[in-house]
Amino acid sequence: MTELKLTNVSKRYGNNVEVLRDINLEINQGELVVFVGPSGCGKSTLLRMIAGLEKISGGTLEIDGVRVNDFPPSLRGIAMVFQSYALYPHMTVRENMAFALKIAKKSKAEIKEAIDNVARILQLEPYLDRLPKALSGGQRQRVAIGRSIVRDPKVYLFDEPLSNLDAALRVATRLEIAQLKEQMPDSTMVYVTHDQVEAMTLADRIVVLADQSIAQVGAPLALYERPNNEFVAQFIGSPAMNLLSGTISATGPQTTIRLDSGGTARSNVPSSAAMQGAAVNVGVRPEDFSLGDANAIADSGSAAALFSGQVDITEALGEVTLLYLPAENGRIIVKLPGIHQGLRGQNIALYADPAKVHIFLAGQSLLTYKDHA
Amino acid sequence: MSPLMQGVTIIVVGVGLCVSYFFLSNWLLDRVFLPARGQHIDRNINRANAIRPWLFLLPAVIALAVYLAYPVFETLRLSLFDRDQGNAFIGLANYQQMFSEPKFWEALTNNLLWLLVVPALSTVFGLLIAQLTDRLWWGNIAKSLIFMPMAISFVGAAVIWKLVYDARPAGTEQIGVLNALYTFFSGAEPQVWLTLPFWNNFFLMVVLIWIQTGFAMVILSAALRGIPEETIEAAVVDGANPLQIFFRIKVPQITSTIVVVWTTITITVLKVFDIVFAMTNGQWETQVLANYMFDKLFRANDWGVGSAAAMIIMLLVTPLLIWNVINARKELK
Amino acid sequence: MRVRSSNKAMGSFVGQRPALSWAVHLSMLFIVFLWLFPTVGLFISSFRTADQISSSGWWSSLSTQEQQRSPIRITGTETQDKGLYVVVGKLFSSEAVVLRAWGTSSKRPNEYQPGATAQLKRGRSLTIDADGRYRFTAQQSQAGKRLPRVFTTASSPPEFTFRNYDYILFQGDNSDSMAKAFLNTFTVTIPATIIPILFAAFAAYALAWMEFPGRSILIAAVVALLVVPLQLALIPLLKFHNEIGIGKGYLGVWLAHTGFGLPLAIYLLRNYMVSLPRDIIENARVDGATDFQIFTRIILPLSFPALASFAIFQFLWVWNDLLVARVFLIDASGQTTVMTNQIVELLGTRGGNWEILATAAFVSIVVPLLVFFVMQKYLVRGLLAGSVK
Ligand SMILES: Nc1ncnc2c1ncn2[C@@H]1O[C@H](COP(=O)(O)OP(=O)(O)O)[C@@H](O)[C@H]1O
Ligand SMILES: [Mg+2]
Repeated sequence: MTELKLTNVSKRYGNNVEVLRDINLEINQGELVVFVGPSGCGKSTLLRMIAGLEKISGGTLEIDGVRVNDFPPSLRGIAMVFQSYALYPHMTVRENMAFALKIAKKSKAEIKEAIDNVARILQLEPYLDRLPKALSGGQRQRVAIGRSIVRDPKVYLFDEPLSNLDAALRVATRLEIAQLKEQMPDSTMVYVTHDQVEAMTLADRIVVLADQSIAQVGAPLALYERPNNEFVAQFIGSPAMNLLSGTISATGPQTTIRLDSGGTARSNVPSSAAMQGAAVNVGVRPEDFSLGDANAIADSGSAAALFSGQVDITEALGEVTLLYLPAENGRIIVKLPGIHQGLRGQNIALYADPAKVHIFLAGQSLLTYKDHA
Repeated sequence: MSPLMQGVTIIVVGVGLCVSYFFLSNWLLDRVFLPARGQHIDRNINRANAIRPWLFLLPAVIALAVYLAYPVFETLRLSLFDRDQGNAFIGLANYQQMFSEPKFWEALTNNLLWLLVVPALSTVFGLLIAQLTDRLWWGNIAKSLIFMPMAISFVGAAVIWKLVYDARPAGTEQIGVLNALYTFFSGAEPQVWLTLPFWNNFFLMVVLIWIQTGFAMVILSAALRGIPEETIEAAVVDGANPLQIFFRIKVPQITSTIVVVWTTITITVLKVFDIVFAMTNGQWETQVLANYMFDKLFRANDWGVGSAAAMIIMLLVTPLLIWNVINARKELK
Repeated sequence: MRVRSSNKAMGSFVGQRPALSWAVHLSMLFIVFLWLFPTVGLFISSFRTADQISSSGWWSSLSTQEQQRSPIRITGTETQDKGLYVVVGKLFSSEAVVLRAWGTSSKRPNEYQPGATAQLKRGRSLTIDADGRYRFTAQQSQAGKRLPRVFTTASSPPEFTFRNYDYILFQGDNSDSMAKAFLNTFTVTIPATIIPILFAAFAAYALAWMEFPGRSILIAAVVALLVVPLQLALIPLLKFHNEIGIGKGYLGVWLAHTGFGLPLAIYLLRNYMVSLPRDIIENARVDGATDFQIFTRIILPLSFPALASFAIFQFLWVWNDLLVARVFLIDASGQTTVMTNQIVELLGTRGGNWEILATAAFVSIVVPLLVFFVMQKYLVRGLLAGSVK
C-alpha cells in the first residue's frame, strides 16, 4: 500500500533558484527509504517538504491517499528526528517526550503509558528525569527517536540523525535503528544521509539525489551492481568506480571497447550494432580488478589487458591494499584483498571479469540507455 | 487605600491588561474564529498562522508608530508652524529665530565639544582599562567597580560630582576634593569650578566619561578576548613587545567594535540632558542642545523653536541612523 | 580559532617582566581608586552630621580631627547665682568632641586652655571645660545683649549616624522626604519595565521566526528607531496625551517608556531569538504546537538571559530617568514626583546641605546598584548582544 506519493514535486527559492524538480516517488507502508546524495543536493529540502516545514513549489504530495500540500506539519501524521536532535533544552527527557502529546490534549495516563513504553524499548528509563544537557550524544539521539515514536506517526522522517555522533557510536546507533525498524514493521521511514554506508546498510530502497532530481531509485545492491548512470556508479561504493574512456569496437550480447589508454575491455552488457564506434566510458570498481598473473590470462582467454601501467602509490590497510596507477585524467585505483608488498614502482596489467564491467554512454548506463535523439 | 496598595493595584492592573491581550487574542483566533477542527481544518490553521504575526506585532507596532515614528514628523511640522499666531505656517522662521540666539550657538558648539571629547576619552580609557585588566587576577573585580557608575542615574552622578567640585570660601576647610587638592598644592584661592567658562564644560563631561568608560570597557574587553590567540603568539614569536602587540596586532583586529562603541556613546552624548540640567542648568556657558530645547519648551513655552532645536538633534543623529540601517540590511542578507 | 578562555593565559609573556607587571597592578589600582572615590564620598557623607560635613572633607572622616571650628555664639537662659548672672551650656552636640584650645577673639583663637577662665570686658567671665561645657558669668543681666562668640580648636573622633536616613525616609511629610518619591519611582518603573518586555518579546518572535510580508522592512524600521532621540517625542506626545485625555500621570509615563524602550528591546530579543536553534522550533511545529504555544512554552523559557538583560537595561533606564518623568508624569500637585526629580529639587533648595543631598542621592542609587551587582552577568551579556555583531 502506498503511504507517501510525490508527483512532479519541485522546489524553488525566490523566483529562479531551483533546488529540486520533477521528483516522482512512491513509498510503501513499512518501507525504509533512504535519500542519499552529496551535500547541498536538496535531500533535507525534500524531507522538509514532506514534513510541511517547507512550502512545495510545484507538484503534489500525498500521504495515505490525501493531498497534503497545504497541510501544516501537525496534520500530516509525521514525526521528524533532526540532525541536532532538537531536544527542548529546558525540559526533562520525560517532558520532551510528552510535549507533543500534551499539545494534542492526551490524558495524563495515556501520556505516561506511551512514554514508559518507549522508554523501555529504548532503554531510556534511568534518564527520564534528566535534562538533555546531562545526557551523552547517543542518549540524546535515542531521546529524539523516542520522542518521535511516542507520537505513533504514520511516517518517520530522519534528517542525518547520526551525523553528530562519533564514528563508533554511529555504528552502534545505526544498528539500533535497524533493530528498531524490525520491531516496527508497519511504520514507514524516510531517512536522509550523505553517508553511503548508512544508506546501504539501512535502506530497503535508496533514492540517490543529484542535479536537482532523482538519479536512481532501487535496492542497495541493485544500485551497486547496476548503476543507471555515472553519478550513481561513482557515488555508491568506496573508493569510487574507475572510469576509462574508449570507443565500442565490437557489439552483440557482449560488448568490446577499445580504451583510449590502449587497453581493451570486454563487458557482458549487450549492445546493438548501431552503437559501433560510439564513444563511451567504461566503469570498473577498484575491487573488481585482478592483477595480471599467468593464471588470470589463461582464464580470461585473452592476453589483452584492460589497463597496464606503473604503480605510483600503494596504501596498505591490512584487510585490503590500494594501488594507484597514473592515467590520462587522474588515477586508476585498484583494491586488492589482503596484503601485497613490493608492488610500488612495478609495471602491472589489470584485468576484469566481463560481468563486472559497466559501460556508460553520455553518462548513462548502456543497460538503460534510451536514445533521446 | 494606602499609597503602597494603590501602587501595587495600578501595577497589577496595567500589566495584567497587557498580558491578557495576548492570551485573549490568540485564544479567540484558535478557538473561535479559525478553530483547528472540522472540515476546513488545514485552511483554518493556515489562515490563523497568517494572521498571528500581526497579533504578536500589533501592540509593539502601534507603540513604535505613535511614540517614535509619528513624533519625528510631528516635530518637523511643529518646527515650521507658529503656535502663537494660531498655528500659522511660518516656514523657517523658527529656525531663523533660533539661529539668531547666541544661546543656541553656545549650545551647538558645546555639543560639538562634547561629541569630540566624550566618546574619544571614554573609548580610550575603556580600551586602556580593558587591556590592563586582561592580565590581572583581580581584573574582573576591577572591571565590575569601574562599570558600576553605569547603574547610577545622571542626576545621582551630578550630586556625586557636585560634591567633588564643591567650593568653600577661602580660609575655611575645603570639602570638595578638587578644591582641597588644588588649594593644598597650589596654595591659591579655591575655585568655583562649575562657573569657569569654557573649562566648566569639561568638568561636566568628566561625569559622562566617568559613566561611559565602563560601557566601553566591557565591550572592548570582550572584543579583546575574542582575538584569536594565535595572532598574538605569532607576534610574540616575531619578537614584538607588548606595546607593539597592543597597537599593531590587537587594536587593528577590533576596529569595528571600537567604531560601534564610539557611535553608541556619540548617540548618548547627543541626548545628554540630565547632567547639565542638574549641575548648571546651562548657566555659565555650559548650555547643550537637549537642555536648550527643554528650556524653550517648558520655560519659554516656545514650541516652535523647541521643535526646531529637536530637529537639529535629529539631524545630527541621522547619519548614524542611516549607517545603522545599512548595516542591519547587510546582516539580514 | 582558539579564543582565550581565561584572562590569565595572556600573562605568559608579560609575566616575565615583574616591573611591568607591577606597573599594571599599580596603575589599575589607581584607576579603580579614581573611579570609586566620588561615589564613596557620597556614601560616607550620607552618614555624617551636617556639622562634620561642613567642617572637614569626607576623606578625613575616619581619623580623629583636630581643627579650628567656625565660631560659636554662647546662648542659653540666664539664671542668678550669688548675685551673678549665669549662663551655662555646652558648645558641642556630640559627647566625643574634645576641646583643645579656645579664645574669644578671632585674632587669638587659641588663647586659653580648656578649664581656664577668661576675664572679659565689663566684669564678665567665661570658663570652658574640655568637654565643651561653659559657664558664663556677668555682673549685670545680659538680657537683650549679644553674648560673646567663642573660637575653638577641638578634636573629634570619627562619628557616623543614621539620622540623615531617618530624616529623609521616615520623617513623614517634610518637604525633603524621599519616601513618597521612592514609592512613586517603583510605581513608574515596574510596569514600565514589564510592559515593553512583553510587547517586545512577542514582536521579536514574530520578526525572528514567523513568515509574513513586510518583515524585513519592519526590522529595518526598528533599527532606525533605535537611534531616534526621545527629545523629538516630547512635544507631540504631550499634545497627544492631552488630546486623548491621559494628561500627565502613570499611564502616560508607562506608555512613553514603553515606546522609547521598545526598539532596543525588540532588537536585543530578536537577535537572541534568531540565534536559537531552528530545529527546536521546527520540531515543536511538527509536534503540533501553534506559534503561540511555541512562544510561551519554548521561546520564552529559552530566552531568559536576553529577557533579563533587557529587563535590567530598562529598569535602570526608567529608574534613573528624569526627562520623561518630568514631561509626562510630574504635575503641579507634586504628588507624583520621582526620586531623580526630588533630588533636582533638593539641589535647588538645599544646595549646600550635603547631608541631605548625599543621603537622598544615595537612597536613589542604592536600588540600581543592588540590581547592578546581582545581575551584572546579564547586563554584560545584553550589552555585548546589543553592540558586538
Ligand atoms: N532558504 C533558502 N534559500 C535559498 N536556497 C536555499 C535555502 N535553503 C536551502 N537552499 C539551497 O538548497 C540546496 C539544498 O539544500 P539542502 O536540502 O539543505 O541540502 P542537503 O542535501 O545537504 O540537505 C542547497 O544548495 C542550498 O543552498
Ligand atoms: Mg541536509
